[in-house]
Order: sequence, then structure tokens, then C-alpha cells
Amino acid sequence: MLRNLLKKYDTTDLVMYLIGAVLAALVIYGSYQTLSSGKYSGEVWLDFIIFGLAQGSIYALIALGYTLVYGILFMINFAHGEVFMSGTFTAYFLAIYLDSTGFWNQHPIISILLALVVAVAVSTTIAVVLERIAYRPLRGAPRLVPLITAIGASFFLQYTFRGLYGSGVKTYPDVDALKGSWNIFGIEILKTQAVVIVASVILMVALRFYVQKTKAGRAMRAVAEDKEAAALMGIDVDRVIVNTFALGGASAAAAGIMYALIFKQVNAFMGFIPGIKAFTAAVLGGIGNLPGAMLGGLFLGVVESLGPSLVLDGLGIPAPYQLKDAIAFLMLVLVLIFRPSGIMGENLSEKKA
Amino acid sequence: MALLELENVHSYYGNIHALKGISLTVEQGEIVTLIGANGAGKSTTLKTISGIIDPRKGSVRLEGEDLVAYRAHEVVSKGVIQVPEGRRIFTRLTVRENLEMGAFLRNDTQEIKKDLEWVFSLFPRLEERQNQVGGTLSGGEQQMLATGRALMARPRILLMDEPSMGLAPVLVDLIFDTIKDLNEQGMTILLVEQNALLALDVADRGYVLETGMITLAGDAKELAANPQVKEAYLGG
Repeated sequence: MLRNLLKKYDTTDLVMYLIGAVLAALVIYGSYQTLSSGKYSGEVWLDFIIFGLAQGSIYALIALGYTLVYGILFMINFAHGEVFMSGTFTAYFLAIYLDSTGFWNQHPIISILLALVVAVAVSTTIAVVLERIAYRPLRGAPRLVPLITAIGASFFLQYTFRGLYGSGVKTYPDVDALKGSWNIFGIEILKTQAVVIVASVILMVALRFYVQKTKAGRAMRAVAEDKEAAALMGIDVDRVIVNTFALGGASAAAAGIMYALIFKQVNAFMGFIPGIKAFTAAVLGGIGNLPGAMLGGLFLGVVESLGPSLVLDGLGIPAPYQLKDAIAFLMLVLVLIFRPSGIMGENLSEKKA
Repeated sequence: MALLELENVHSYYGNIHALKGISLTVEQGEIVTLIGANGAGKSTTLKTISGIIDPRKGSVRLEGEDLVAYRAHEVVSKGVIQVPEGRRIFTRLTVRENLEMGAFLRNDTQEIKKDLEWVFSLFPRLEERQNQVGGTLSGGEQQMLATGRALMARPRILLMDEPSMGLAPVLVDLIFDTIKDLNEQGMTILLVEQNALLALDVADRGYVLETGMITLAGDAKELAANPQVKEAYLGG
């Protein structure tokens, strides 16, 4: 009987499922230990979740850029983290200038919007230029070629910005109006986190509306499915591709300003980890799928925020927060092993409603 | 002046010389068919007209204006509309969205609405299924959708690539009846078909294509009676 079983599943499968079972057991055991120890109160858990949602909405907004570009060109734009960095880093200089004149805290809403405009302008330009000079000439090439170019572009942008703006970590000025917390339905929520969550939900809904309901969005979906047929409808495919990069760049810039509101610190290498995390979120949700990227981002944010204290703490691991990145990338590996098409990813062989 | 005129067109796929000097004309109001075996260059001819492939030599003229310099989406704006081989409908868009894609370059909302009604009257099946995604349609329905989508662009000339491919005989009849109807309403059609018998039956004139060259041309009825054509394409 064992022999039959072994025939049906090859050894790698068995080892994989064994690893899965061990991980599941660890997660359950760790969570049980933490919860039964009563070390954290309900309020603390809620804080973790809200912080996770705020962090996750930033991932989600960046992930949209990965997934939009992948949906249309089937390439991973690994320089997208630097698109995110470039806008936020540039807007920093506007922010400190406005802060030095006192305008930043007199008119916080206008100031943040101005910073957003600068960030969007820079990130969008860089995304579009990247497409034009680094990716378009390689459109017919094997898929590995633009991938390598993207990694090269990513380094190029990191070191160019370090050269331009210096290598030190810079700190965004505080927004006095966003200090402290609001009490919403009896729940204390930090103002920055509330603003980030609400703003990104609005942006995601707007983007979804744009892609589903507008003519330009329909053209985007048509190009994603069949470029030649789209051209036969009179759609300028190159322009749609440029629009896609621009849209991804703009949402990355918005994510960047939110990142600056929560974490304050920016430098030339700040795009790397959020970029890879957002890529993880996009894969988690099913790359090429917009709602998937949003869901994947939020999910990753919450898991990353809850995981260390919920699971690792209970297992007696010291300094669990140092391991939150490890949790995020473990998620990526697990998804790639057990559900490569992602949570909402469709099976590419059967495109049905 | 002919509505569409190809003169000595040479097209290549990489190093493969696919069209070796094609010349043909389509007059306003005609159905002209291009018949020939697999790989003769029929689809390549349509792709060259639509600007998907750029010819290395020769010209493609619409009422005297050379189309060669235009890219595919610009050729569409001139009113040269193709129903591609294998239908190529957007499977993840709804039937209605597919039809609206056909009218992508138009902004006359009222007229688009009228044309939508017209397409629905030609293919009532599409109206019933307008909210379904394209991928759930049967082959015949997909051909109707591809045809309707092209009509939404208000073509000056309709290029149809193998509309009978893979369809049950009753659906083939339906599609060809529609082609005749459209022509009676004034539509100019360039029809590519492997089913030479059917094509020559609806067409005014025909061209026979063999390995990238036109070997015979003439009145459709005469071509259908030609012993060479009969032997090669009509099953003796």
C-alpha cells in the first residue's frame, strides 16, 4: 500500500507537503502559545492589524504597477521599486523647502498634495522613459532579456539618485496635523495610518473603475489580451503600453508619499525592499490580476505585521520583528510551491468568466 | 479609380519571401475573393493591407492614397477593417465590450448606438449574449461577434480572413448569407477563403494565389468553371 502511495506521489511532492504540514503545525503551535500566554491585549492585536493594513495598502499600490505591466507585456519590471523611490525622494526636497518656510504645517493638505504632484511627475516620467529606452527596443526579444535589463535599470537608478541627492538617509518633516490618533468607533487609530488606508482605498477603487469602465481602460484590457487584434480595432498599442507604465508610475508615487507619511525616512535604496515586497504581493494575488494585487498587498501587510508577534513570539524566538521580511518572503516561496497562479490568478489554459 | 489597389507587393516573414509581387484591385461595391491552398500567402496579403506586415516593395493604395507608410491602427482609421483569421475576439471582454471595441476610433455616440442595433439585428444571438464574456461563445457565435465588431467600425472595405474556418455547415451558410446581404447593402468585401467553391459562389471576381504569386484572375463564375481551378480547389 505504501508502495502504491509512493508511486502516485513522487518524492518531491511528499517532501513539499511534509514541509507544508510542519510549517502549518508551527504556525498553529506558535499562535496557540502566544494567545494562551495573554502577552498582548486585544487592543494591541487591533493595532497590529491596522498597521498591517496601512503597510499593506502601500504594497498594494506598488503591486498594481507590477501587475499592470505584467498583464500587458508579460515582463516583470524589476526597476519599479526605483520608480517608487525616485518620486518620493525628489518630493522630499520640496517638503523640506515648504517646511523651512512654515508652509508645510500651515497648509498640510495643500503641501502633501504638492509633494504628491512632484512625486507623480517624477515617477511617471521615469517609468515612461524606462519603457521607451530600456524595454521597447527589446519587445521581440526572449523574456529573460528585458528582465536582466530591468535589474540593470534598477541599479542605474539607485546609484544615479545616490549620486544626485547623496547617500545619507533623509527625514521627511513631521506633519503636525497628522500627529496622534483619532477615535473611530471606539478604536484608536493613528491619523497617518487612517489617512493612508483611506487614500489608498480611494485610489484603488478609482484605478479599478478606470480599467473596467472607461474607453482607455477597455483598450488596455484589449491590448493585454491580443495586441494584434487590438491594433486591428484602431488602438495604438504603443500608446496604451506607455499609458500603462505611466499609470503604474503614478500609483507607485502615491504609495511613496504614503510611505513617507508613515516611515518618514527616504534614501536612494528605499525602493528595493518595498519593491520586492510589492512584487511578492502581486504574485500572491495572481500576477496580471488587478484585484489580486490589491488583495495580495493587504494580505501581505497584515501577515507581516501579525506574524512576528503571533507566531514567532509563541515559538520563543527572540527579537521576532527582525524576521518580518523573512515571513514575507517565506509567503512568496510557499505561494510559488503550492499555488503558482496566486490567490486570484486564473489558470492560463482556461480563460473563462 | 479602384477603391483598393495592390501593385507588385513583396512581403517577407524574416527571410521567407511570402508575397512575390502581388497585384490586385477591388472596386467599390464588389466582393472579390482570394483563393488558394494553405501557405499560399492569402492571410499575408490581408496582413500587408492592414499594415501588420510592412511590404518591402510595392504599394497598397486606398482610392489612390498609399497606405504602406501607415501603422496598423492608422490603416483602421482609413476605413480598412479586417476580420482576422481565427476570429481573435477578446475572450475576457463581454460581447458588448467587444462590439464597442470595434467602434474604438468613433466618437459619434448616437450613430454607434444605431450601428449596435443594426449588428444585433444581423445577429440576434449577440444581443441575447451581450453581457457574457467572449470566451463563453461557441465558434459560430465568435465568428458573428468578430464580423459584428468589424462592422462597428463602419468599414469602407471589409477584409475577411477565412470566415468559414472550423464552422458547422449551417453556420457557414449563415455567415455567407450575411456576406451577401452586406454586399447588397453596398459593402465592399475582400474575402480570403480556402473553401473556394463557397467563395467563388458569392464573389464577383476572384484571384488564385499560389506560393506568393497570383496565377489566375477573373470573373468568379469563369474561375469556378476553369478546369485548372476545378482540379486544384474544387475537388475535380
